[in-house]
Amino acid sequence: MTGTVETPVVELHGIEHSYRRTVALRGVALRVLPEEVVAVTGPSGCGKSTLLHVAAGIVRPQGGLVRLLGQDLDRLDETERTRLRRRRVGIVLQFGQLVPDLSVLDNVALPLLLEGHDRQAARTAAASWLERTGMDDARDATPAELSGGQSQRAAVARALVTGPAVVFADEPTGSMDTLGGELLLDLLVGAARERGASVVLVTHDNVVAARADREVRLRDGVIETESVLR
Amino acid sequence: MSTAEVVLAILRARPAHGYDVKRDHDDWFPDARPLAYGQVYATLARLERDGLAEVVETRIDGGPERTVYAVTDAGRARVRDWLSEPAPAGSAGADEIVRKAVAALRTGGDAAGFLQGQRLAHLRRMRELTDVGPGADPAARLARDHLVAHLDADLRWLDLAVARVAAADGASAKGQPTTTQEAAR
Ligand SMILES: Nc1ncnc2c1ncn2[C@@H]1O[C@H](COP(=O)(O)OP(=O)(O)OP(=O)(O)O)[C@@H](O)[C@H]1O
Ligand SMILES: [Mg+2]
Repeated sequence: MTGTVETPVVELHGIEHSYRRTVALRGVALRVLPEEVVAVTGPSGCGKSTLLHVAAGIVRPQGGLVRLLGQDLDRLDETERTRLRRRRVGIVLQFGQLVPDLSVLDNVALPLLLEGHDRQAARTAAASWLERTGMDDARDATPAELSGGQSQRAAVARALVTGPAVVFADEPTGSMDTLGGELLLDLLVGAARERGASVVLVTHDNVVAARADREVRLRDGVIETESVLR
Repeated sequence: MSTAEVVLAILRARPAHGYDVKRDHDDWFPDARPLAYGQVYATLARLERDGLAEVVETRIDGGPERTVYAVTDAGRARVRDWLSEPAPAGSAGADEIVRKAVAALRTGGDAAGFLQGQRLAHLRRMRELTDVGPGADPAARLARDHLVAHLDADLRWLDLAVARVAAADGASAKGQPTTTQEAAR
């Protein structure tokens, strides 16, 4: 790869975003390169989740430019954005966000089914990811029956099942004990590194942040520091 | 041990004689071992010899003779250099990060800058320790887990310190009193 300029997987310029009364992001710029693991850290309420939602194309910012996997999100309509997200992006939200009426297995199979994969094949792939996340015993449970940590493991399985080029994870181990969190993170980061995917990891846990190649620290909606960790 | 740098930082805050140096030290670090007089005088003599501190006054007010020391330009530069270098990330530097952070705050140094640099040093060390790859021997990991847990404790303290410094800056910007040495008297 020497001599070639790598196209960033995520490129944000001048991102501004406010909720009714709160300014959450005030001019944030960020680039994530292929195969890079980036941790986004900072105090509660500093805008980490908002930044993740913007970068993943879930929230359209009021100002600035978002380029995801080389595509300018402003130029895509809702259907195109959804398709890009489904095919090439894995997302783990802060509170798991599984579909309540589906079993855990069907939740994990869902991204593949939405992409038109054969039902049996989708369920087989989902079952294998549930096994890797240590969730095979809970595959027939409904999300309401899961503990916080189990929901997070299922959410990670769902994010990885499509083999995404970039994974966005918001406090993916926030409800887990140290060892469980470490194993889930090994899986998430390991799976990404194996296939050359990038990871954007929101966390307030320093041990989690130390897994990243780079730390981006937010304060009050601006980037306070950016540090290369390796 | 960084007693010399701490004493220099104290002199940077104000010229002082040996007795005041000891008292300021014990004020700055109320939960650390008090500084012994012998150590204070030995340190001051060494600092003077090395051109980092100088005698600015010799007072004899009835009682014993008191020599007042002040920091020299070279001494100020030494404090600045000391505060611009993060302490070793690990148990060897655990007390040192507290000394540096307190000294930076007390002398009006770049406390935020120091805390950020220290955070980075800690995170990098933690990354090295946690980057073991699959199949690592669990017993070998235990020793590392212990180091990581201590680094994590330091990092939490650093994050809290950054938040406290920011909160204090916000308060003083609004004209509210902060707990500086002067306000505490
Ligand atoms: N849907 C919303 N409606 C109104 N305000 C919001 C909404 N979501 C976030 N905010 C506000 O925007 C700011 C940034 O929120 P965000 O969730 O991005 O922070 P965060 O860094 O992820 O915090 P935490 O660490 O607690 O998860 C906060 O002040 C929050 O109160
Ligand atoms: Mg959040």
